[in-house]
Amino acid sequence: MISIKNINKWYGDFQVLTDCSTEVKKGEVIVVCGPSGSGKSTLIKCVNALEPFQKGDIVVDGTSIADPKTNLPKLRSRVGMVFQHFELFPHLTITENLTIAQIKVLGRSKEEATKKGLQLLERVGLSDHAHKHPGQLSGGQQQRVAIARALAMDPVVMLFDEPTSALDPEMVNEVLDVMVQLAHEGMTMMCVTHEMGFARKVADRVIFMDKGQIVEDCEKEEFFGDVNARSERAQQFLNKILQH
Amino acid sequence: MDFSGVIPAIPGMWNGMLMTLQLMVMGIVGGIIIGTILALMRLSSNKLASRLAGAYVNYFRSIPLLLVITWFYLAVPFVLRWITGEDTPIGAFTSCVVAFMMFEAAYFCEIVRAGVQSISRGQMGAAQALGMTYGQMMRLIILPQAFRKMTPLLLQQSIILFQDTSLVYTVGLVDFLNSARSSGDIIGRSNEFLIVAGLVYFTISFAASRLVKFMQKRLAV
Repeated sequence: MISIKNINKWYGDFQVLTDCSTEVKKGEVIVVCGPSGSGKSTLIKCVNALEPFQKGDIVVDGTSIADPKTNLPKLRSRVGMVFQHFELFPHLTITENLTIAQIKVLGRSKEEATKKGLQLLERVGLSDHAHKHPGQLSGGQQQRVAIARALAMDPVVMLFDEPTSALDPEMVNEVLDVMVQLAHEGMTMMCVTHEMGFARKVADRVIFMDKGQIVEDCEKEEFFGDVNARSERAQQFLNKILQH
Repeated sequence: MDFSGVIPAIPGMWNGMLMTLQLMVMGIVGGIIIGTILALMRLSSNKLASRLAGAYVNYFRSIPLLLVITWFYLAVPFVLRWITGEDTPIGAFTSCVVAFMMFEAAYFCEIVRAGVQSISRGQMGAAQALGMTYGQMMRLIILPQAFRKMTPLLLQQSIILFQDTSLVYTVGLVDFLNSARSSGDIIGRSNEFLIVAGLVYFTISFAASRLVKFMQKRLAV
């Protein structure tokens, strides 16, 4: 589904990604973790070409991103993305947030888009809020709407960029529940997150990044199983975040 | 002081006010449209477009409005004749409207640019991630939010233009100030008429700027 091949990216002289390669199969759930500044958000944003890269290629469902002939907006419309800061459109109602891209990008009718949007809103448990504006919702609610908005486009894969990092602790679970449900339904997912509980529960593979490189890329059981078999940097990281 | 002569002159001054408002509205609408296009050029990654728009803005912000008005009135017909070989008078009104649009566009460009830049980059990312093209993103997501934030500044600039329309007296257009002054000159009561004109300008501009303050407070919430 996603094939990342030797991605290299520089900001000026500073190399943020060095030879990153991995594969994501259909239906797989991948958790990407690592210390801040390790390039994990940058890597995931390369997958839908929100961040350009200078070397290597990423192929998403048969479409190459590095190919200059690729219609990037069209490719992005098939890749759902959820952001750390939700990024709902504050000038639109929740319903409009859910329908605008369906109508303008996919060319669906307003009725069809609204029906689809409201179905998904119900699925994330927020039907009562359809007519509100994003500012009237809590962070957790906004993030659930953002997930519904991405799902409304019928994506072939979902990307999550630290979806719970900006949330109050009480609201983390309501978002993770939606993500767990998605994973169980067989959605292909790539999640940058520090929620190791989520990783243990639904991830198929865990990728650990440090200094712009993929240091570990292994099955979940292997990753959490024998900590001593992990690289030194991954051990340090796991010790810190699994301590409590 | 004798203000009794003002009453019979009101219809003439009203016509002048209509001229002022007409010039202002056309200047604002044209200025915002051209200004938005200039702002998008300035913000675009196309270096040539960005530099052209930048040069335009810097040029028009560095010269007096009075010069732009007289230049359009005197020089443009001259240039047109030079190009087409025949007399093409464009008239005082048209030349003033065009001058206002072009001049205000430089200021509106900077307001729109600041407005667009005040919208977080994440909004652009979200719009793009949903598959929107650059045009869709600007039209549906970024500009509507930017204009909402800019409304007070746009109104502020409009109040300035409302006052600046009085400069059209140089090319003989009868706006509000010009009609008040000539009405006063006819009956030898210039001072009274200028006081009245001043009060009218003050009342309208002051009321409008109060409205802006009120809107700022409401939009800030």
